Parts: sequence; C-alpha cells; structure tokens
Amino acid sequence: MRRFRVDSTVIVLGILILVIAVGAILVATVGRSFFSPGNIRDILTGMSVLGLVAIGQTLVILGASLDLSVTYVISLAILIGATTMNGNPANIPWAVVFTLLVCAAIGLVNGLIVTVLKVNGFIATLGVGLILQGVLNTNFQGSAGSVPWAFQLIGATGVGPIPVSTIIMIALAVLVWFLLDRTRTGAHLFAVGGDPEVARLSGVRTRPPLIAAHVLCSVFAGLAGLLLASRLGVGSPTVGQQGGYALLSIAAVVLGGTLLLGGRGSVWGTIGGVAIFAVVDNVMSVMQVNPFLKDVVRGVVIVAAVAVYSRRAIVRRRSRFGPGGTRTGGDATAAAAAPAMVAASRALEAEAEAAEAGPAAQGGVR
Amino acid sequence: MRFLKTLVSPRGAVFLLLVILLVAVMVLNPNFAEPGQIMRYIQRVAPVAIVAIGQYFVIVAGEFDLSQGSLITAQVIVAGNLVGQDDSRTVPVLALMVVLGLFIGLINGLLTTLLKVPSFIVTLGMMLALLGLVLWWTGGAATGNPADSFRQIGRGGIRDLPIVDFLPWSVLVLAVWLALGIWLTKRPLGKLLIAIGDNARATRYSGARDWWVTTRAFMISSLSATVSAVLLVGYAGVHPSVGRGYEFVAITAVVLGGVVLGGGRGWIVAAVAGAFVLEALFLLLNIAGVPSTLRDAVQGVIIIAAVAYSGLVFRSRRRSGPPTSPSPGKEPDAPDSAEESSASPALAGEGVTQNRGD
Repeated sequence: MRRFRVDSTVIVLGILILVIAVGAILVATVGRSFFSPGNIRDILTGMSVLGLVAIGQTLVILGASLDLSVTYVISLAILIGATTMNGNPANIPWAVVFTLLVCAAIGLVNGLIVTVLKVNGFIATLGVGLILQGVLNTNFQGSAGSVPWAFQLIGATGVGPIPVSTIIMIALAVLVWFLLDRTRTGAHLFAVGGDPEVARLSGVRTRPPLIAAHVLCSVFAGLAGLLLASRLGVGSPTVGQQGGYALLSIAAVVLGGTLLLGGRGSVWGTIGGVAIFAVVDNVMSVMQVNPFLKDVVRGVVIVAAVAVYSRRAIVRRRSRFGPGGTRTGGDATAAAAAPAMVAASRALEAEAEAAEAGPAAQGGVR
Repeated sequence: MRFLKTLVSPRGAVFLLLVILLVAVMVLNPNFAEPGQIMRYIQRVAPVAIVAIGQYFVIVAGEFDLSQGSLITAQVIVAGNLVGQDDSRTVPVLALMVVLGLFIGLINGLLTTLLKVPSFIVTLGMMLALLGLVLWWTGGAATGNPADSFRQIGRGGIRDLPIVDFLPWSVLVLAVWLALGIWLTKRPLGKLLIAIGDNARATRYSGARDWWVTTRAFMISSLSATVSAVLLVGYAGVHPSVGRGYEFVAITAVVLGGVVLGGGRGWIVAAVAGAFVLEALFLLLNIAGVPSTLRDAVQGVIIIAAVAYSGLVFRSRRRSGPPTSPSPGKEPDAPDSAEESSASPALAGEGVTQNRGD
C-alpha cells in the first residue's frame, strides 16, 4: 500500500542504468560488445577492491567521521600479508588473520582518537595516515614477500563471468547491510552520525558505534589490501597511494547518496556508486581514452552525479517503526506501557483543565 | 599573567608551539637565530602560509577546498608553458593566471552553493579534472622554466638591507596577503563567512546572500593558490609534482591554528601561525637528524597531539566558566566569545564562575 518513494538508492540505480546505456552505445561505436562475459568480468573485477574500501568508508561516514588513512592501511595490509605468507601456502590462514588484526588495531586507534580525544576525523585519520606512511617508509624499501599460488587464485578465478572477489565483496556488503539495518549497533551508528548530542541525551553511548565503524573500516581496507596482494603476487608499499583509494572511496560513498555529514545513507547506494565508477572506467579503457583525460571525466562524473540528487531532498528519513525502522526492540514494552501513558496524559489534561477552570470561575469572566 | 594564560589557551597554543619549535631549532643550530636565516625560513613558509590564508576563508565558512594543490600545479605549468623565455609575456600571463584562479574559484563556489553539491566532492572533482586537463595538455611533461623576470618574484628580493641583508619578495607578498586577509576578516564579508560557518540557515534568514558570500570565499582560496603558484615557480621551478598535497598541508595548518573544521570559529593569524609551525617542524626534524623515512610519522603524531590538546583545553574551559577575555586584536572570534558569555549566566548561579583577567 505504501507509495513508492524515490530515495537516493533509486536515483543511484537510475544513474547507473543511464551510464551503462551510454557506455554500451559508446562501446558499440568502436565495434566491441559491452555485455560480453569478458567485459562484464572486467567491470566486476574493477569494482571489488574499491567496493571493499567504500563499504568500510560508508560505515565511518554514516557516523559523521571520515577515514583518510585507508590508502596506507591498504599498503600496509598488502605488505604484511605478502611477507607473512612468504610463498608458503600453509601460512595463508595465519597471515590473513594477522593482517586483519593489525588493521583492526589501526582502526581502533583511529576510533579512539576520534571519540576519546575528540579530534576531527579528517585530521585524526590524516595524522594516522602520515604515521603509517612513516612506518611503511622505514620498514619497506620496495616490493617485499611473495604470495602463494593458492592465494592468488582468489583474485584470478570466477564463477562464470563473476569473479570470486566480487562475490566476497557482495557477501560482505550483505553483512554490513544486516549490521546497519537489523542490529542495535547499526541503529546507534545512524543516531550518533545524525546528531551525537541528541543520541547521547537519548541514552545511546556515543563512542562504541563510532569506534566499531572505524575498526570495521580499517578491516575492510585490510581485506582490499589482501585482495590486491592476491592479484599482484607481491607486496608493494605504494599500491594504496597510487590508487588514491581514500578520496575515491569517499566520492563513491557520496555518489551513493550517503550524507557526508553523517546519519543517512545505505550500503547499497555505495555499491551503486562504485559500479558507476567501474563502468565509466571500463568504457574509457575500451575506448582507449588518454589516461589524463580519464581523470577529467572521473572528476566531472563525480560532481555531475552528485549534483543530480543534491538538488532534491537527499535520503528520506528512515521510518522509525515497522520494517527497516530504526527501532530495534522494546515493541512489547511500549505496547504494554501504552494504556498507562494514555491514563497519565488524561490525568494531566484533567489537572490542567481544573487549574484553568479555577481562576476563571473565581474571576467570573471567561 | 594574562599573556601566559592566552598562550596556554587553545587560541594561543599554536603560538606557544611555534615558540617551542623555534627555540628547539635555535638550540640545535645557533646559526638559525641570524636575521638572514629567519628571512629564508619565512621565504620557505610563504607559499604554504598563503595557501593556508585562502583555505581559512573556506573552512571558516564550513566548507573544504581540496582543489588548491591541483590548481597550484596547473598554474605552475601554465606559467612554464606560456611565459617561456620571453620577458615581455610576464605581465599578460600573470593576469591570465589571476583570471584563471578566480574562474576556478567561481566554478567551485557556484557548484557548491547553487547546485548544493558538498564542497568536498566539488573540489575533489575539480582536483581530478584540473590536474588531468593540464597533464593532458602538456602530455604529462612540463617544458622548461619560465623567463627569469617571472621567477624573480619567487626567488629574488631586495638586497643589501641593514639588518636582514636580504628581504625576499615572497616575504613581502606574504605580509601583504596576510594584511589583506586580516582586513577582509574585519569587513562584512569576513564576519558573514564566520556566521555562515556557525549557522548557515540563521544567516540566510537574516538576509545575507549566502551563496555569493560563500562563492567569494572559494574565489579567495583559488586566488591564494594562484599567488602561491607564482612564488613556487620561482622557488621550486616547473614540475608536475609542484603543489601536490598542498591542500592537505593547508588544511592541517589551518586546523593547527585552532580553526574548527565545520566552520564558525577561527582566527586568520593563528591559521598562518599553523603554517609556520608545520614548516618549523620540518626544519626541526631535519636538523635533529630524524631519518627522513620517519618524518611523516613524527609529523602525524604532533598534528594529532596538537589538535587534541587544543580541543581538550577548549572543552575544559567551556565547562569551568568563561575564559580570559580575548585581547583586542581578536575580534573575528565574535561568535565564539558570544557563545561563551551566553553560557556564563547559567554557570554564575552555581557559583562556578571565576573572574579572571579583569
């Protein structure tokens, strides 16, 4: 019965379809097929790394913070992963766990600086990024470690035209969607991102959700680094900076309709934003556009796409009750308390009326 | 006493940090105390400080300008390619660069205010597009340095002066630019920018043309980047990596100066002092023999610590009562002090108010 609402995820989907349509026509003009399995695999592969980073970035931005350190976390993850594995397939599980633990620790530091020291997320993560850059420069002069073939398969194989890495990315997106829409932490993250003061006065502990968001963001960046490791086969200390993942992931998140100020957005919009980037990049590669002009097109696409729905109301407020609402429980308690509340308000009204009637009767003037 | 309190306060913290860093540099390298050396130091700071002045106007209005670094690179390459070895082209190309700078700022501002795209995204897009365009135009390689008369602005100066011996033009340019900046903060434009950063809606309801005010902030920012580019052409030469990362350095400097990201509070002189602190930090790390690989890490730690310190002190003062009354030169902080004085009557009832500095 609900009216179909045009929220930002729908607009992102619309832009994505438009971009795909224009891209398909452009690709057809040079005599290639946009929808060939090979091309679709290229696009999906291009989505996976940025997608992972952007999912993490979505969480942080929903909490009204930013994470500029992801580029360095990616570089650190690829190096730790590659050197810990060191070509030995037996080391893979330990290396993955160790890398992600290190990344989680970095995220924890980010989160604590933002929440406890109350340093703006932009500056805090910029500073942590500089520290990581120093650590990288001190410990690694060039490519290091090697990745066993078994791990490289993750980046190389696929189910039909869909690469395994994209499947992993989508699965994690579903997990994050569940976290945001169905758990208390997710609801609290929306609340803290929307207005920390109101959240605090409503009894939400404002620090844990934001710290969790930062930890998860760094872990996702670590996963992206591991994925890059499986593609490259060695650890490279500059791979994160070359990709410019921090700013691109923020752009993808905003492209997906998430407010930079926090509190509103969705992980599916982010995936849409990443897909738009991947399609645009793919079309430009197929058409062999000058690499410098690619950046120009990217810049224009970012601004134009965000402009499309910035003119409208951005993400509608999420409904508080019912499916997808921000309430995570206490329905039974609320229902049980309802009669008492009604009785209390009746009593208050009666009291107010009596107080009003008193002077009126005394004065005799109404 | 009052002076000491101001130094420990968040507003003065950046100056305290600057003094500590400079003293440390002088202890390690006594030569630095010579006026000539200090002039060289200011000359090195000038491009960063000028960019920070531009960034201040944007940040205090609650926006970001990430396109500064790219704009510097673009302008440097424009200068290198258009001036060539022909001295007579210096003035026309300078005029062209100013127009280009103002134009980029206008686009940034109009996209942000009229199309309502977040400035972070607008200027990020501009950063990508501008750098891409310039590199595409030049094929990725910069051609030669411009004529000497052009480079003199960045590297030349007045020689044979009594005390300082050598007064670089860039120090003069910085002084003029800072004076203009301070003047602007006292003008309605500067006050409106702070008001917009504090509460955009209230400022709009009170009749300000907020879109034009904010757009002008972006134009000032781009113009500052242009001036900085002119200095850098002389100082660092023409190369596609000149100016890279300047936007983050400028934002860091401004935030070190106690300007609040998100707008509404900040003092332009402190923002410039932030740039001086950053450069003094590099100098100190250099002299102290910190391995070059670790410099980034130390810089990161100090930035976080400085911002955390000023934040903590600021909050503890808000809690414990009104702070020392600001010295007369700190007019631009009007919304700040207004906020604090409005809090004081409430606290006075609880007897927490301390009368300090009167």
